[in-house]
Amino acid sequence: MTATHLGMPAFPAAAREAVRDDVLRANLRRATHTIRDKRARAVTELADWDRLRAAGKAVKDHTLRHLDHYLLRLEAAVTAAGGTVHWAADATEANRIVTELVRATGEREVVKVKSMATQEIGLNEALEAAGIAAYETDLAELIVQLGHDRPSHILVPAIHRNRAEIRDVFRTEMGRWGRPAPDGLGDDPRELAEAARLHLREKFLRAKVAVSGANFMVAETGTMVVFESEGNGRMCLTLPETLISVVGIEKVVPTFRDLEIFLQTLPRSSTAERMNPYTTMWTGLGPSKGADGDGPAAFHLVLLDNGRTDTLADEVGRQALRCIRCSACLNVCPVYERAGGHAYGSVYPGPIGAILSPQLRGTGSGIDASLPYASTLCGACYEVCPVAIDIPEVLLHLRERVAQGGPVTREGIRVRIRPARGHTAERAAMRAARLLLERPGALRAGERLLSRARRLRPRRLPGPGSAWTDSRELPRPPREPFRDWWARERGGRA
Amino acid sequence: MRAALFVTCVNDALYPRTGVAVVRLLERLGVAVDFPAAQSCCGQPQYNTGYRYESEPLLRRTAEALAGHPYVVAPSGSCVAMIREHYPRIGARAAAEGRGTELADLAAGLVPRVYELTEFLVDVLGVTDVGAHFPHTVTYHPSCHGLRALGLGDRPRRLLAAVRGLDLIELPGAEECCGFGGTFAVKNPDVSAAMGADKIRAARATGAEVLCGADNSCLAHLDGTLRRAGAPLRTLHLAEILASTDTTATATEGKHPR
Ligand code: SF4
Repeated sequence: MTATHLGMPAFPAAAREAVRDDVLRANLRRATHTIRDKRARAVTELADWDRLRAAGKAVKDHTLRHLDHYLLRLEAAVTAAGGTVHWAADATEANRIVTELVRATGEREVVKVKSMATQEIGLNEALEAAGIAAYETDLAELIVQLGHDRPSHILVPAIHRNRAEIRDVFRTEMGRWGRPAPDGLGDDPRELAEAARLHLREKFLRAKVAVSGANFMVAETGTMVVFESEGNGRMCLTLPETLISVVGIEKVVPTFRDLEIFLQTLPRSSTAERMNPYTTMWTGLGPSKGADGDGPAAFHLVLLDNGRTDTLADEVGRQALRCIRCSACLNVCPVYERAGGHAYGSVYPGPIGAILSPQLRGTGSGIDASLPYASTLCGACYEVCPVAIDIPEVLLHLRERVAQGGPVTREGIRVRIRPARGHTAERAAMRAARLLLERPGALRAGERLLSRARRLRPRRLPGPGSAWTDSRELPRPPREPFRDWWARERGGRA
Repeated sequence: MRAALFVTCVNDALYPRTGVAVVRLLERLGVAVDFPAAQSCCGQPQYNTGYRYESEPLLRRTAEALAGHPYVVAPSGSCVAMIREHYPRIGARAAAEGRGTELADLAAGLVPRVYELTEFLVDVLGVTDVGAHFPHTVTYHPSCHGLRALGLGDRPRRLLAAVRGLDLIELPGAEECCGFGGTFAVKNPDVSAAMGADKIRAARATGAEVLCGADNSCLAHLDGTLRRAGAPLRTLHLAEILASTDTTATATEGKHPR
């Protein structure tokens, strides 16, 4: 995905740094626990939550099964409404399309609505390389951008920062990008929000071009839908003359009515709100071009594949494409809470990142091969997911791919990949354990050996075992295994 | 009634007292217990680490060893979840790979007969008061597989609440994972240790004497963390509490620390 994540250390090493960062752990713990408790309450308010969840899953599955059909339909509807549709197979192509579209307007800067897809392809960096400045307008994205930082959460990209850190970033950085922070800026949330509002206002009023993503695209009408909380997105979606939306192909839904489900499940799952404060919808071009749509003067839709059709070809893994990016799974994940979002080395962190990134990018790199193991399989993510993605199931499926290799689709071609490097010793150990466990005679002998050697039990183990003994004592082997007790006490009856 | 005990490999090798407790408990409740000696491991370590092919022979062994028993009881939620959730998946994948339906058939034959201990007590035997006596303060950690994969609900708590002399204290954040996660504990040791430390902090804050669980793998991780920290709290498998009576209560105390 983005260049900024290349060369990431594998998850365990990246997580080690995060676990040792007490400020980060405290920030994350506070934020995730608050939102998860609120989410739980917001969800219990709906008596038909389980049915909404099943309906959301069904709509997404249906659309994914007939994705080619709905995308063509969408293209026809957007075109009929005066918009232009572009197809991008990968990040490079999408970045090239957007850069050319911006260049054609003659502008050197764009305002951005918070969007995962543009982060996924590294659009800001690509625009910068072409001499175009991209300004993030979502408050949390602004904090990340000003702080030369990377987002660490899908919905709250600056979740790893506390208020004092944000104040410092605003004080030192805002002036370099536009209107500086007011003198004596404090760390009160209202003060911070006001500073951001003033800083951004200038940009909204000046910008001629905006770049966005979309939460949903309606195939039947060609309508684009953005859910947000702040209203900054709406400013970008309505003020500039040209709007370029980069959207993953999995975001299409068949009809307007389908939105009804997600209008209920998405806000409750993400911000624990009953309804998101701003829902902006636009279809094709607006009245300034004499069209009867309600969009801007010029509208371009860039449909992004970037590994999605390959993911769709995998019968277990494809359910990850149901994701509506609500971030509920991040907020309940005990691993995310300790490791932080950056350890995942992707714009998609947490449980969904652990299954999405290795599918979109492949399992070739160290970080991608380690992500399916970045979970205890506790199942909390599956429990909260509003579209019922069985994340643990996909994790196991991807672990298998990493450990054993197997069939995958890459750029539309079915290939068999080999096991990831570095698993030789583990494979041998798994095999040895299986051979032992398959032969009760050998197992019994092994258990007795363990019992006899109980006095020799070391406090620290060498090699991979040291990972256990660094922080925990080993279990004490018993005097005799259970099967020996059974043979002695109840043997006559077996 | 007769039931076969699937003791699980971890309990067989490291926690035989849990197996002994299940045998004594079930016998006390009038159940004749069999121990099919050909059993070994359900294959969970292999499967959960990504070695599906290595788990297949263990599926076969487990299903064959436990064949013919109308009730199979295991004192481990994660092993029961392995059988119930993943055996059918392993069978289906093998069939999809053109290797026949043998594994799928074995899985289908085994799954409906396997019970986690508290399910067997509450659902099959219909008891919540098992006649136990354990005069201690206890806090209960519901392991993730029991809680979410099996949906054990309040069965363990109801069983504990009926134990004479036992004072059950709620564990704050009980539903949060302890950080064991099988090979996760060695693949991601830092996160695992941080999670374990948070769990024992919550458990110690309850002031209970005993941290009870129904999965010895999680307890091994928590017990190891507690002992490294030198904390006075001790861990105990639910079966051992349910097996204790007036006569055994003093014997279980302190004499055989885990
Ligand atoms: S996987 Fe599910 S819970 Fe996680 S972000 Fe996507 S929709 Fe939300």
